[in-house]
Amino acid sequence: MGLFERLKEGLAKTRQRFADRVGSALFRRKIDDEVYEELEDALLAADIGVATTQFLLERIQKEARKQKLTTADQLMPVLRQLIVDILHAHSCEPSYAQSGPTVVLVVGVNGVGKTTTIGKMANYYRAQGKKVLLAAGDTFRAAAIEQLVIWGQRTGVEVIRQNLGSDAAAVIYDALSAARSRKADILLCDTAGRLQNKAHLMAELEKIYRVIAREIPDAPHEVLLVLDATTGQNAIVQAKLFKEIAKVSGIVLTKLDGTAKGGVIIAINQELQLPVKWIGIGEHKDDLQPFSPDDFARALFPDDALQTESRDPDDK
Amino acid sequence: MFDTLTSRLQGAFQKLRGKGRLSEDDVKEALREIRRALLEADVNHVVAKEFIERIRERAVGQEILQSLSAAQQVVKIVNDELTDLMGGAQAKLARAAKPPTVILLVGLQGAGKTTAAAKLARHLKASEHRRPLLVAADIYRPAAISQLQVLGEQIGVQVFTLGDQVNPREIALRALDEARRGGFDYVLIDTAGRLHIDETLMQELQDIEKSVNPDEILLVVDAMTGQDAVNVASHFREQLSLTGIIMTKLDGDTRGGAALTVRHVTGCPIKFVGIGEKVDALEPFYPDRMASRILGMGDVMTLIERAQAAIDEKDALELEAKIRRNEFTLEDFLSQLQQVRKLGPLDQLLGLIPGMGKFKQLQGATVDESQIKKIEAIIYSMSIAERRNPDLVMKSSSRRQRIARGSGTEVRDVNQLLRKFDDMRKLMKQFSSLGKNPSRALGGLANQLKGGGGVYGGASRKGKKRR
Repeated sequence: MGLFERLKEGLAKTRQRFADRVGSALFRRKIDDEVYEELEDALLAADIGVATTQFLLERIQKEARKQKLTTADQLMPVLRQLIVDILHAHSCEPSYAQSGPTVVLVVGVNGVGKTTTIGKMANYYRAQGKKVLLAAGDTFRAAAIEQLVIWGQRTGVEVIRQNLGSDAAAVIYDALSAARSRKADILLCDTAGRLQNKAHLMAELEKIYRVIAREIPDAPHEVLLVLDATTGQNAIVQAKLFKEIAKVSGIVLTKLDGTAKGGVIIAINQELQLPVKWIGIGEHKDDLQPFSPDDFARALFPDDALQTESRDPDDK
Repeated sequence: MFDTLTSRLQGAFQKLRGKGRLSEDDVKEALREIRRALLEADVNHVVAKEFIERIRERAVGQEILQSLSAAQQVVKIVNDELTDLMGGAQAKLARAAKPPTVILLVGLQGAGKTTAAAKLARHLKASEHRRPLLVAADIYRPAAISQLQVLGEQIGVQVFTLGDQVNPREIALRALDEARRGGFDYVLIDTAGRLHIDETLMQELQDIEKSVNPDEILLVVDAMTGQDAVNVASHFREQLSLTGIIMTKLDGDTRGGAALTVRHVTGCPIKFVGIGEKVDALEPFYPDRMASRILGMGDVMTLIERAQAAIDEKDALELEAKIRRNEFTLEDFLSQLQQVRKLGPLDQLLGLIPGMGKFKQLQGATVDESQIKKIEAIIYSMSIAERRNPDLVMKSSSRRQRIARGSGTEVRDVNQLLRKFDDMRKLMKQFSSLGKNPSRALGGLANQLKGGGGVYGGASRKGKKRR
């Protein structure tokens, strides 16, 4: 199965529900207030959020007037293009170090899938023949270190660790020197889950960031915020605060294989200029992929949907 | 929790309050604001719509708009409806007629099932003096079993495991036997996180349900869940006979719309809420109290209950007498600090006090717990005589230097503490002569707290003058 197929399969539920809703709002009928109201509902239901939904609606209305669109189905390509534009505004390419190890710091709130993401990412880079090292920086949650060690065994990657309760920054420090002396290509640093409103935990994260930047001047080369696709508008606050403290450079969107639409990433792109770089679409170790806005938008609004939505409103 | 939702709603009400009688347009405008606030808080869009509709009917249908206290009445309606939406009355945990009571915890990955299971076990053990058995039935996630074992050890509750090679149904059955033999009265089964659309794993849960016939099946839901909460909750409900909900991570700055939605969609009551990372951070859920917290009216009941659990009444009376006699010393200050810390994080406590949300000075004030540790260190570095008579320290710079050295702080920190302590004593005088104008005294307190980190240090004189 090709990458795109996997993505499409993983996003099947997302696409279905979202396209269904948008589709049922936008079948061939005259454009009126009711159409916009239904479209608003569909966008809100996708977690796109009030502000971005408002933004999208205004743009669509403007476009509709400009292009003198008359029936609702003509709005679909407009909407898709708007979303593609938003997702395309910032590069989704992962960043790497010019020389020496690339340091990737992975952060996020509790239970979003940081450790699992790191395991999958280790697998991804191993498959490319890179030398990967993991740092068990979650020293708080019971058994988080063991969890990472098991991932290390699965992917054949060494894990730098200390005991539960030890200083996370110290673990990362050790890992940085190990990465240098062992000439690793990529060092993936796990951190404990923390809610963004816990000042002392955010201060701890700031310290971790400082330690990394001090040891390797242009590091961390990538700071990834892991977001659960089922998260609603709180994701925006998460992105904002983590960006302030740890200079987040990209988003990993996980658990996209459920019914969640992850629409909040559109809002995050729009409001915080943070691109999605990876998505997790399943539980297998190879179910993590670099994010492609085109594929995502295509999966969200398949070409066939563009044509068929106008077919028969009574289908539903 | 709920801070943003609260301030949005209060904004909407504020506009109404300015007016005497209300026109239908006024209500419409306010309702639009409320709808937006709810949507931004991740309340399901359908639920929000229905909610607004009910309020409109009640507000417009009666003669409320004509009365002079129209705004208050609209607030009351919203309060009632919110309480109703969250389930009305508090729902207790079921108890089997013949022990053990079997509780199954289910939910998506990362919702916090394992942590919730441990917290619930601790709650049963500590608050209800029961003997729970934790069962590790998550055989998929790496290290899930050892996570439960570590937690079990922390709270002193036995954990039943058969490793990760036995199927969960078998584990549950054998655990039940073990519980009967061992005289346990609660069995808490922690299951693997799963997607609600994963048929194989949902089947596995149904198998467990059939074979152990649980008294409670609790769905664990992350409070930060967005619009998808509806799909998740209704899928789980279709497949299993859910009896209740545990809402986790409510200590974030989430607006908790999921809490408002899930109960409505499943018809199952929210029984507990998780409000922190520590194992004792689990509380029974009271819809009416939560509604009044959301509306910024505080939650005095919870505050009182927490205080009762943590504070020795005799000590409190003694302290009060001391404050009245103006004999409050650094020793008392220290013991008070320690008691207050037992109540929970300070910023959380402030949210429980009615009207505190209104003090602009307090908004965005964060209480830094490490400051408190610093203060403790400074006081511990004083002799008993110095603690009882801070003037000794104030008058002698060599004492201050010694204390700073002993506590690993700067002389400046010691000075600051003494100054703050002095301010606080003055404030207490105000408090003890209270009665006439409580809100003014509260305002004074708010000023103190805001003083950049609070009574507990951090603020400079300069900061005060600027205001």
